[in-house]
Amino acid sequence: MDLYEYQARDVFEKHGVPVLAGAVAETPAEARAAAEAIGAKSGGVTVVKAQVKTGGRGKAGGVKVAKSPEEAEELAGQILGMDIKGHTVHRVMIAQGASIAEEYYFSLLLDRANRSYLAMCSKEGGMEIEQLAVERPEALARIDVDPNTGIDATKAQEIVDAAGFDAETAGKIVPVLQRLWDVYAGEDATLVEVNPLVKTEGGDIVALDGKVTLDGNADFRHPDHAAFEDTASTDPLETAAKEKGLNYVKLDGNVGIIGNGAGLVMSTLDVVAYAGEAVGSKPANFLDIGGGASAEVMANGLHIILGDPQVKAVFVNVFGGITACDAVADGIVGALEAIGDEATKPLVVRLDGNNVDEGRRILREFAHPLVIIEETMDGAAAKAAELAAK
Amino acid sequence: MSIFLDSNSKVIVQGMTGSEGMKHTTRMLASGTDVVGGVNPRKAGEEIGFPTGQRIKVFGTVEEAMKETGANVSVVFVPPAFAKSAVIEAIDAEMPLVVVITEGIAVRDTAEFYASSKDRPTRIIGPNCPGLISPGASNAGIIPADIAGPGRIGLVSKSGTLTYQMMYELRDFGFSTAIGIGGDPIIGTTHIDALEAFQADDETDAIVMIGEIGGDAEERAAAYIQDNVTKPVVGYVAGFTAPEGKTMGHAGAIVSGSSGTAQAKKEALEAAGVRVGKTPSETAGLMRQIMEDLASTVI
Repeated sequence: MDLYEYQARDVFEKHGVPVLAGAVAETPAEARAAAEAIGAKSGGVTVVKAQVKTGGRGKAGGVKVAKSPEEAEELAGQILGMDIKGHTVHRVMIAQGASIAEEYYFSLLLDRANRSYLAMCSKEGGMEIEQLAVERPEALARIDVDPNTGIDATKAQEIVDAAGFDAETAGKIVPVLQRLWDVYAGEDATLVEVNPLVKTEGGDIVALDGKVTLDGNADFRHPDHAAFEDTASTDPLETAAKEKGLNYVKLDGNVGIIGNGAGLVMSTLDVVAYAGEAVGSKPANFLDIGGGASAEVMANGLHIILGDPQVKAVFVNVFGGITACDAVADGIVGALEAIGDEATKPLVVRLDGNNVDEGRRILREFAHPLVIIEETMDGAAAKAAELAAK
Repeated sequence: MSIFLDSNSKVIVQGMTGSEGMKHTTRMLASGTDVVGGVNPRKAGEEIGFPTGQRIKVFGTVEEAMKETGANVSVVFVPPAFAKSAVIEAIDAEMPLVVVITEGIAVRDTAEFYASSKDRPTRIIGPNCPGLISPGASNAGIIPADIAGPGRIGLVSKSGTLTYQMMYELRDFGFSTAIGIGGDPIIGTTHIDALEAFQADDETDAIVMIGEIGGDAEERAAAYIQDNVTKPVVGYVAGFTAPEGKTMGHAGAIVSGSSGTAQAKKEALEAAGVRVGKTPSETAGLMRQIMEDLASTVI
């Protein structure tokens, strides 16, 4: 889960990373109140920042300096509701103004290739780091971080030395990097990025903007992370699926997809997309019901998919590996019986693998008018794409 | 000889007495795997009876189980919160092969146990994987043993069900070893590790490699194939239609910006001379052709 900037700021503060005062506002009036409190520390000046989980908001006009609480209110009124790369701005952060002397870059992330962690640091912050990495790779220091030892004073010194900081600045950044390690390890993050990390005119090091991605698999260690969940911006079908414990991603096509196993479902989406090219059909969702496709899980999945008004046909693609196909067929029968009249869209079913003959027999005997049995994945995809296009 | 797992493999199961552990230990035994023990400190000394007729002893520690049984493979079904300490225990006991089936392990835990395994004799497969099977010899994990028998195709995949699907499509040829390496961002054994082993294995004639969106493991594998693999390789990549920024089921399956896309992986593999199928069945068809060509050349 990616955090908003204001959430990342709070997490930084919790772990002792130096940040500026900031508060989140959902209305212009809240923005004004926040600016009154926060601006007092910086001569009335605050920065109004759109809270969206995408880059380039400054260029899009989502970050503005306000010289007074009145102006902050006015600017918040302009920024709230803005669309930035398809993300609607529901909140702004009111941040204390700062006089910036220099901008730097720091990030700590998973290094999938080396199966380890990687710290990246540069004296040239503020710009898109992907661009820096391509144009001037020598300006971006990359230092391996051992997951078992992390960033201690020695490792932090190695990072700032590699980035080429002068001794005085380096001395100030070293403890900040150690605190950022505390954020990474302490919160089970997979990404902690500070861009820019700034030196103020007064010589202080401050994390001005932060990006944090948290590992959902570690939620059991962090009951407080549930509060970061942004249900307002999540698709309602995705929210409903999550409540049922289903692995669902909403897409924008017309063929509903249910399958077992993440890889097979991804593959199913692709095969439907190819088959749909000719007739204009596309996958409507990703839904992985996992290894054990019980009647209940199947019913829950069908319920979510049939609740999507864009879906015109459904493709159930199951390979019976651990689960036998007869159990899957029983699941489909049970699901359709439970759903009853709500089932109004054709259901193309492809079963293969363990006990496939028995599975197909059960479906044939059930003889539901909406169920179409296909023998191959490609054939079923073509059939579902064709039915959805009608 | 197959890779990583053969008829000399003696398997213990960490987390054998849990419901998943019991279910899959039964299946492993039924497929002829030499399961020699389980590990659970709270049930040490007990003997567990299985529907297959065998009685399997439970040990308190991995070290004890190894000492008494000569086990050289551990399959881990321990729940996510406790998986790290289970794997570390196996590493400390110098278990040669540790197959971590558990799904949902925090990536920090995996990063830590993987780091602990470096410079140690332990190879880790997984986590979040179906394990591996060398049909007719041994089965360590949850891959159904009845999909395909022994043969001369090697299969390496990030996905469990696509492994099963591909084994099913090519069941008339059979497999030396089929290995699911797992869908997490950090995994103990990569495509490259498996490709290296298949290249060296004299019982493998050709290799199917299945990848999916996220990271750049497939691109690195492509570069490795170009330089090191002389056996024919057929590839498949899942997730062409996956939207940017969404995790598609597997924790590691995510397109970030322009990196990790299926298209980039397919292009990298094709540039390395790997024939890439558009669908699983087309991929199987490509491999079928290779196996038939190989058979006619031999004759």
